[in-house]
Amino acid sequence: MMPDPVEIAFVIAKIGMVLFVILTLAAYLVYAERRLLAWIQDRKGPNRVGPQGLLQPLADLVKLLTKEDVCPPAGDRWLFFLAPAMAAIPAIMTFAIVPFGAPLRLAGRDLPLQVADLNVGLLLFMALSSIAVYGVALGGWASNSKYALLGSLRGLAQLISYELSMGLSLVPAVMLARSFRLSDIVAAQAGCWFILYQPLAFVVFLVSILAECKRIPFDLPEAEGELVAGFHTEYSGMRFGLFFVGEYINIIVLGGLAATFFLGGWHGPVLPGILWFWGKALAFAFLFIWIRGTLPRLRYDQLMHFGWKVLTPLALVNILATAWWLFLTGGA
Amino acid sequence: MGALLFYILATVMVVATVLAITGRHPVHAIVYLVTSFFALAGIFFLLLAPLVAMFEVIIYAGAVMVLFMFVIMMLDLGHPESGVRPGWRQWFPALVLSAVILVSLLLAAGSPATAPRTGGEGVKEFATLLYGRYGVAIEIISLQLLFAVVGALYLGRRR
Repeated sequence: MMPDPVEIAFVIAKIGMVLFVILTLAAYLVYAERRLLAWIQDRKGPNRVGPQGLLQPLADLVKLLTKEDVCPPAGDRWLFFLAPAMAAIPAIMTFAIVPFGAPLRLAGRDLPLQVADLNVGLLLFMALSSIAVYGVALGGWASNSKYALLGSLRGLAQLISYELSMGLSLVPAVMLARSFRLSDIVAAQAGCWFILYQPLAFVVFLVSILAECKRIPFDLPEAEGELVAGFHTEYSGMRFGLFFVGEYINIIVLGGLAATFFLGGWHGPVLPGILWFWGKALAFAFLFIWIRGTLPRLRYDQLMHFGWKVLTPLALVNILATAWWLFLTGGA
Repeated sequence: MGALLFYILATVMVVATVLAITGRHPVHAIVYLVTSFFALAGIFFLLLAPLVAMFEVIIYAGAVMVLFMFVIMMLDLGHPESGVRPGWRQWFPALVLSAVILVSLLLAAGSPATAPRTGGEGVKEFATLLYGRYGVAIEIISLQLLFAVVGALYLGRRR
């Protein structure tokens, strides 16, 4: 079977567009975060480069690219250079499974606005999210510095604490949609968003993705008050930039996934689907920045206790309740 | 195309596994092993078993290896120079076992293969088979895991 050239061209165009949009959004999310944090803290924030400081991300990029790329002499060179890519690539790859708009109809073809509609899409997200921690762990270990190593250790401990509750909180969504395929999960929410059926699962998932992003109540791997900059203490230039941008890409992608799993994906009245999707994803990004401006940092043992003793049992009880509900209402 | 991908993935997997076994550095060995698991997941994808491929990554590359790494970092075991090279007493049983496995694999590959399945394993078929036909086995295995957890808790609790 020869693949259709038009289809291939469309897929390549989609991949290119997604990469461009995600990377640009990530750069501007950094700017938005600085401005919003400044606003929350009653300062001005970056407003010198271009109108309202809008060219600040470009200035940052130039600075990062022209900085010297240093590897600590006692560090492990290969792993040190590989680690930033290992952190950023899974974050970008995860977006491949997110349906970011209603399927287009062009010249008699149905063109889904999603790079890869896998029947194990949700599991691919779990797989990539558990792989992403290697960047943090290896980066800190290869730096051969005590602060970086402590940051990596905390990163690993953090993953072990939130990963289970994150996976369990998605099980009810799968039970309601009866599929791991993300387009099916979105289609199942055409009438009613899953957040109305599953508020508890949504809260557990939200807390877990906050931990996954390593954002402020859970930014233990970098905790600048105690660990200098945690796992990326020894990094400079664009390698630090990759860690940094990877974190913001992660925010966008996880916001998009939260919208897909619980807020109906691209479904919404009046406006076109693609606007609804990006609106919801960026609302999550705004929420993350707001939380960062508001909450203090937890201790890492507090996070581990919270993950294992609160979130995981809650998610398990929720699964049981959903199963009973489906059984009694004849949905099963 | 499929065959080419298979040979690339298989080469990556074999090379990475050999490096993981012969490498003296535990952290490097973990990185090689994770690479090998990834290649194996790719092969499962080619065999139309995406579910198995995902479990390979989630469980082995994502959970088991992360725990290994956590322990190596926590106990500060990443010093290859202080490690002891395994002697022939350690090598010999492993060599015998791998020779037996290799020979049986070669014999199995020589016999006529079962007809390849074309449809691939869907998630639903997999689940019905796992919890229907093999339900009792699943329960027994999970009970065994529970025993292991209780045992670990008991050992950890002793002061």
